[in-house]
Amino acid sequence: MVFRKNWPILACALAVIAVHLLSAAVGKPQYLTQLTMAGYYSLVIVGLTLLMGYTGQLSLGHAGFFAIGGYISGLLTTYNLHSRSSGAVVRALRATHLLVAGQDLYGGDLLVVRPWAACVAALLVTVAIAYLVGKPVLKLRGHYLAMATLGFGTIVYKVVLGSSLVGAADGISDIPAFPLFAGLAVTGRSAARVHNYYLAWGLVVGAMALLINLIHSRVGRALRAIHGAEDAANAMGVDTGRLKLQVFVLSAVLAALGGVFLTHYNGGIGPSEASIMKSVRYVAIVAIGGMANLWGALLMGVLLNFLSLRGSFGSFDDAVFGLILVAIMLFAPNGLLSSELVRWIAGLCRRPRQERAP
Amino acid sequence: MSPDLLFQYLVAGITYGTIYAIIAIGFNIIYNTTGIINFAQGEFVMLGGMIGVTLHGFVPVPVAIAGAVIATMLVGALVEMLFIRWLHRPSVLRLIIITIGLSIGIRELALLLWGEGVRALPYFTGTATSSLAIGDVHISFQVLWVLGISALMVAALNFFFSGTLLGRQMRACAHNREAAQLCGINARNMVTFSFVLSAGIGALAGCVISPITYVQYDSGTSLALKGFTVAILGGLGNSMAAIAAGLVLGTLESCSIWVMPAAYKDVIAISILLLILFMRPSGLFGNAEVARLKEF
Repeated sequence: MVFRKNWPILACALAVIAVHLLSAAVGKPQYLTQLTMAGYYSLVIVGLTLLMGYTGQLSLGHAGFFAIGGYISGLLTTYNLHSRSSGAVVRALRATHLLVAGQDLYGGDLLVVRPWAACVAALLVTVAIAYLVGKPVLKLRGHYLAMATLGFGTIVYKVVLGSSLVGAADGISDIPAFPLFAGLAVTGRSAARVHNYYLAWGLVVGAMALLINLIHSRVGRALRAIHGAEDAANAMGVDTGRLKLQVFVLSAVLAALGGVFLTHYNGGIGPSEASIMKSVRYVAIVAIGGMANLWGALLMGVLLNFLSLRGSFGSFDDAVFGLILVAIMLFAPNGLLSSELVRWIAGLCRRPRQERAP
Repeated sequence: MSPDLLFQYLVAGITYGTIYAIIAIGFNIIYNTTGIINFAQGEFVMLGGMIGVTLHGFVPVPVAIAGAVIATMLVGALVEMLFIRWLHRPSVLRLIIITIGLSIGIRELALLLWGEGVRALPYFTGTATSSLAIGDVHISFQVLWVLGISALMVAALNFFFSGTLLGRQMRACAHNREAAQLCGINARNMVTFSFVLSAGIGALAGCVISPITYVQYDSGTSLALKGFTVAILGGLGNSMAAIAAGLVLGTLESCSIWVMPAAYKDVIAISILLLILFMRPSGLFGNAEVARLKEF
């Protein structure tokens, strides 16, 4: 049983290695950079799949959580505390090794928060915000839920766009690398490309293992019951309010984690990461993956984000995702890989033979 | 804070509030006949403004506006016939995602056609600097146009829904679709009409407001969010309450400049939306009992 549930995860890990070997074999190691970034975006997408596909709660504000993670980590690791080093708070932080001293490009003294501490802070803030927002928002349904999450996303976007502390329209740049362990670090330097690829995908495979096991558990069945009929689930003794909130927070944390790592990987973050278009894009990918289909969403997420990051869609980037969204919802609301569509295509192939029979 | 300045802010608030109210009425018309929240409503406003500006290159302002309204109505009809009409019992989630996708499609098409430039129709009377002076308070003529045309639009809509056969048929569908169909009303056509009507009033609002706010390919989204805020504030489906709610939101928003930088103006409106959704989803003037029975 354990193996039957987990073999796709093993297959996924093998596919990650295969893609690396393939890219090396065809002499395109630069593809790994986009695949790494696509991996971090996939964290948002698989989290949103759990929320949208399995629990049936639409969120049009997940780019907001991604941006909250990225911006907090980026701000803490670049905001110079040197001029305040005599303050009690800064001294206390220094005593607990949460700060790191260094020098900027011009040789000036720099005192910033250590990346791992910034990462933890970003995730904690995300949990707090997701909890505070989720508690009232998840009581809403349908159009109201869509508009409320859209409103949350817009607020995050307008705040990062309007605040000079986080660089307003320019965003934050020169964000340092995120040293992890054993000399590994999240950084965009091309020498570190391969190990960053494995870091990103290790994280994705880990998240997938967590989510796959979650949806096959008692909790997962409760989530699908909420999706099917919330009142009925409630009547059967499922604490729907609490479960929805927990899933919302979990998906927000996954989004923020993706945001933190991608921000350190890119060395910068801008307000476009918080835009509504990004949130809609995540929803589009979950929809095309088949809503309640983690592997479909992961596959489509990697594929579409990779193509988008390679610039394959040119200036039609947003239009492509809008079009995908409409087309999928019109013709294959259960996703591109849904059995319905596959059956329809299979039916098309079979039909001529059947007509000849009589 | 001088009383003159306060009055000036009030005038600005009422102007914007009127436009939000018109957009909210557009939301309500479609919601009433179909139960759909049309997320592309803001794009109708943008399209109206953009087409009006383009036509104004060839014809005088009134003709350009008429052309823009008719063209946007056609777009509204197309949207409904191509993307909504033939869906069989679609879920709310599916409709939300389709209209969101459509709004992106229309926006990107506008970007392709008109570029990123900011455009505007000329002031209907006078210029950007001429104004009506009442004491120390100056009111732009365009503000009077906005208020006048909006009032006319509301009066015309009222007449349409209570005095004409088509309007009554649409109302019948809004109240009880099955019963209306049994009386021989083609409910599907009424849905198309509701899209046409709401596209038309959106486009007219877009034309009238464009000299003051300007229009750009992406100006629809924030207008739609505020129009929706107003629709909720007044109670979804209740157009007369939407007007009052529009004036409330417009005034609050323009007064928010005292306490917050203008960059956060939208944040105020959306925070109000969230608060209303959390505390009183039936709206300020709505009936909580009735709202609980509706399917949002």
